[in-house]
Amino acid sequence: MNASTHEPLTLSLSVNGETHDLQVPARKLLSDVLREDLGLTGTHVGCEHGVCGACTVLIDGRPARACLTFAAQMEGHEVTTIEAVGRPDALSALQQALHEEHGLQCGFCTAGIVMTFEHYLRENPTPTASEVRDVLSGNLCRCTGYQNIVAAVLKAAARMRGESV
Amino acid sequence: MKPAPFLYHRPANLADALSLLRAHGSAAKPLAGGQSLGPMLNMRLARPGHLVDLNDLIELDSVRVTDSFVEIGALTRHHRLAIASEVRRSLPLLSAAAATIGHYAIRQRGTIGGSLAHADPAAQLPLIAVTLGASLVIAGPEGTREVAASDFLQSIMTVDLRDGELITALRFPLPVGGLWAFEYFSRRHGDFALVSVALSFARDEEGKIDALRIGLGGVETVPLRLPEIEARMQGRPADETTIRDLAAAVAATIAPEDSEQVPAVYRRELAETLVVRAFQSALNREEGA
Ligand SMILES: Cc1cc2nc3c(=O)[nH]c(=O)nc-3n(C[C@H](O)[C@H](O)[C@H](O)COP(=O)(O)OP(=O)(O)OC[C@H]3O[C@@H](n4cnc5c(N)ncnc54)[C@H](O)[C@@H]3O)c2cc1C
Ligand code: FES
Ligand code: FES
Repeated sequence: MNASTHEPLTLSLSVNGETHDLQVPARKLLSDVLREDLGLTGTHVGCEHGVCGACTVLIDGRPARACLTFAAQMEGHEVTTIEAVGRPDALSALQQALHEEHGLQCGFCTAGIVMTFEHYLRENPTPTASEVRDVLSGNLCRCTGYQNIVAAVLKAAARMRGESV
Repeated sequence: MKPAPFLYHRPANLADALSLLRAHGSAAKPLAGGQSLGPMLNMRLARPGHLVDLNDLIELDSVRVTDSFVEIGALTRHHRLAIASEVRRSLPLLSAAAATIGHYAIRQRGTIGGSLAHADPAAQLPLIAVTLGASLVIAGPEGTREVAASDFLQSIMTVDLRDGELITALRFPLPVGGLWAFEYFSRRHGDFALVSVALSFARDEEGKIDALRIGLGGVETVPLRLPEIEARMQGRPADETTIRDLAAAVAATIAPEDSEQVPAVYRRELAETLVVRAFQSALNREEGA
């Protein structure tokens, strides 16, 4: 792709397994395209400089800041957002544990936390509390407090290992 | 908080990337992990006319271990440095430092080439490159050149990189001493460190210190290596007195910047404490091994 004008780019993006054909300016952030062009408002936007983690999505299965990614970069890659994780009547293990442990209050930070740990718990199914805290440091929560979120992640990890907790 | 308009280019290989950079000169900026450039674009601290996305140059996401050096491609992500067994075995200091950069999601995207080019004075990877005497392989219109990390890093966010040039790899010479430690202090987990210390050494048959390398981040505009102090420690026993002397010598040598939030005296004391901690953790790890 070698641009020569500022006209919007014609992109084909794969998000949550569906292909979307879009006209998008090169400078448009992935977070804005998800929310405004695709109506996937589960991805939240807090700081737009990589600090708060609210916009975290998966790119090819790995967590990444949607606010530090241009949608134009995503052609040929698979983007996964919170909308693809669980359903109201069938929550993912982590979503269920967050619910049980009171791991969310307003929920603004929650989507980013779920997306981060979706990958992390696959990479490390047996995390310690201190490892969970290290990873959680990339997601700011301004109302719940982190204790319950750590407890929820540990509970989800145990359940994903087949333990009954 | 939205970037100014730019033209987006996505070259498929290094040759195409170089010719795009050459064609657009100072108007073009390479985009690697975007974890430093992204915020700068969003805040309009950077307004390049052209972005040249390097993410398809997968040949630059590589680790090659030979007898005399480890070559790490510029697009290698921090997370890979932190977890890949070939890096943990050959350059454990680099691996340990990479694992502390920012946060988990940041490390999935951020690259070693981007970190060196960005040259934040508190960044981990430039510090390790200087401490271990690494060099950068740089490709440009006039071919390829190799430059020592200590020469490449000139000042805060100022490096020896000319228009049209790209970092393609970092080369870390082998062998490195078997003892090592990375210690740092930041006010919040994942923030840039106020001070960081990288240490690498070996012990001879009598247990005396050999080939000591010590580097400090966050105290001056570029990572600092202290060759005179390294030489003074050669052949000394690895004991309490030596550790105290080393830490005091470091504290006496550095000239940290004084600021209201972080007074120079605070950074100096932090450096002294972190040197002691680093030495002890290197020795503890040896005992544990
Ligand atoms: C919340 C947050 C916390 C962070 N914390 C830390 C931290 O604690 N420690 C730390 O060290 N870093 C930290 N970072 C920065 C992170 O390490 C970046 O990944 C790194 O500084 C830049 O690498 P990048 O690949 O993302 O480069 P980019 O952001 O893509 O580019 C950075 C600069 O390098 C240039 N560039 C990139 N690749 C090349 C190349 N191959 N050749 C020539 N020029 C190139 C770009 O043009 C740009 O000027 C943090 C970032 C965020 C968002
Ligand atoms: S909005 Fe992306 S990290 Fe805050
Ligand atoms: S639940 Fe409100 S910010 Fe985390």
